[in-house]
Amino acid sequence: MVAALFLLPALVLLGALVVYPIGYSVVRSFYDQSGDGFAGIDNYKALFTDEGIRTALKNNVIWVVFAPTVATALGLIFAVLTERVRWGTAFKLVVFMPMAISMLAAGIIFRLVYDQDPDKGVANAVWVGVHDTFAQASAFPKAHPGRQSPLEPAGGGAFITKSPVRAGETVSLPLVGVAPDLMPDGAKPAVAAKPEPDKITGTTWQDFTRGKGVGKLNSVDASELGYAGMRIEAVKDDKVVASTTAGDDGTFTLPASADGALLRLPDSNFKEPYNGLDWLGPSLVTPSIIGSYIWMWAGFAMVLIAAGLAGVPRELLEAARVDGASEWQVFRRVTVPLLAPVLAVVTVTLMINVLKVFDLVFIIAPGSSQDDANVLALELYRKGFSEDQPGIASAISVFLLLLVIPVMWFNVRRLRREVRR
Amino acid sequence: MKTKQSLGSRLAEGVSGGLVRVFLIVVGLFWLVPTIGLLLSSLRSPEDIAASGWWKVFTEPSQITFDSYRKLLENEDITSSLLNTVWITVPATLLVVIIGSLAGYAFAWMEFPGRDWWFLGVVGLLVVPVQVALIPIAELFGTIGIFGSVLGVVFFHVGFGLPFAVFLLRNFFAEIPRELLEAARLDGAGELRLFFRVVMPLGAPAIAALGIFQFLWVWNDLLVALIFSDSGSQPITVALQTQVRQFGNNIDVLAPGAFISMVVPLAVFFAFQRQFVSGVMAGAVK
Repeated sequence: MVAALFLLPALVLLGALVVYPIGYSVVRSFYDQSGDGFAGIDNYKALFTDEGIRTALKNNVIWVVFAPTVATALGLIFAVLTERVRWGTAFKLVVFMPMAISMLAAGIIFRLVYDQDPDKGVANAVWVGVHDTFAQASAFPKAHPGRQSPLEPAGGGAFITKSPVRAGETVSLPLVGVAPDLMPDGAKPAVAAKPEPDKITGTTWQDFTRGKGVGKLNSVDASELGYAGMRIEAVKDDKVVASTTAGDDGTFTLPASADGALLRLPDSNFKEPYNGLDWLGPSLVTPSIIGSYIWMWAGFAMVLIAAGLAGVPRELLEAARVDGASEWQVFRRVTVPLLAPVLAVVTVTLMINVLKVFDLVFIIAPGSSQDDANVLALELYRKGFSEDQPGIASAISVFLLLLVIPVMWFNVRRLRREVRR
Repeated sequence: MKTKQSLGSRLAEGVSGGLVRVFLIVVGLFWLVPTIGLLLSSLRSPEDIAASGWWKVFTEPSQITFDSYRKLLENEDITSSLLNTVWITVPATLLVVIIGSLAGYAFAWMEFPGRDWWFLGVVGLLVVPVQVALIPIAELFGTIGIFGSVLGVVFFHVGFGLPFAVFLLRNFFAEIPRELLEAARLDGAGELRLFFRVVMPLGAPAIAALGIFQFLWVWNDLLVALIFSDSGSQPITVALQTQVRQFGNNIDVLAPGAFISMVVPLAVFFAFQRQFVSGVMAGAVK
């Protein structure tokens, strides 16, 4: 009797807010849009025919396969490695911290991180930095010959002199069109080259000054900057016979072997600067959002695994080491098998969690690629609350419920053994 | 020979130890930088944000300004939604703790027919996705007239917080030594007295873990409030979400707003790390 009083509030609330809705959703999923007509399994058919739901299903599969496994793997690596440094606790705190914040805040954080502009989004800033370290950045985007130029387009974005050059002469290679803020930092005012015997000398420079115009056409004016670092090739019969790079003041020197050659400014000088990846575009948006999820949840995996690791008997690891096992072998053959139950619990927990992922996708995916990033929980929200399709939304929710039933069954079975004491 | 080998392996260990350190530092930066980016963005003017990346403040510290925060705290939509967050989170946490403790105690120490089956039923509900209840509860709340109110949001969170609460507390209460309870019963204490004088104090660690877990859960929720609150009762997460569509234009609201919404959970997290961790561990099935 007293027990009933203690239990009543909980059971009433659970009944009204959890159990009743399950029954309602199951029934509702067999009725049409208005809820008046029986629809059979039409709503479930829509799960596999509706374009939006199919994308959502496909993305959910990607999520469930990758997000939990990567988060668990990282958690395992972090848990094992932090045991070997003295500041392991501080590290764990940093990685675990995102678990305390809302997915909304995490979403806003990652909208900033994934900003397409490498000058604003840190992901692209780093990516472009790495890219440009390995692939030389071009220095003179949009440069092109001006009026009465000695240069002409050579196809593929390169430019070439109209007439061959001779040793002992000086050559002018003026171009226009590079925005002032894109000029190389080291560029100095251009200097007219002095002729040298048996050599070809010349200047390549921006034949234009903002506010002053071209000045004297095709000749160097004091305020015009040299194309510092411009690559120049001497070409005979389509073969490069000599090449050089312009100095800070735009001057360059080529050996006598270039006599009679045409001078070419190869296209690598003029490529548009690399702008990084379109993280939130249609093709990358799901992996990008999964990245932010891993940022939030790897700490969860790490903490659970670290707790499991603390329970692993040290003597076992030591014994393996004494037997001559390398650290990798100890990890692979002793640590991981001993942790297998924990790894399984973590992975399954994350899978259930990932199945319901909503906030991150809703916030991070911009309107233009939200259809490409769609997941079931988001589609359910759309169908149920903005497209007025409660029947289909109910079918999605029942589908989600069916997917977690094995875990439900497992939980109950495990506890049934414990409860019988 | 022996010493040479150990010298070599010690050398290898030193190198790999260095690599481990470098690796962990790089990973740590990966985890810290996004949050630092948000913090520094919230401290710059919208014009500066539109012009350059947040790392610019390292070379131009004069860009730092609290204007966005000042404007935000003068914005009534934001301040009232912050209050709503409190009005939703505090009752939803207290109710779950109290109702969950009562039920947990009954399941652990009272005798009644079918007790274990009832408890297993509650455990089964642990993994039920909230999505299943959104449409039915929206209609139910509409019928009884609490759709769009703080009360409705609170109820929903209590309903879905209870399975975990009952599960966690019943398991913890079951560990209380039987003699303690028997002794109190022999002294003539009633169940209610027993509950408040013996069970609640002894269960404090589990109750704290549950309370913190539930608090963060509700504070950080977006989906439930998105559906069950209206413009007058919406918490901060929903208020900010409405600004996300125009992300670039609203960055001066979003960045400081997100940061303010993070302050309380982070404070709770740092103050109660241990309880939080044990809550998370116990909840590894949710």
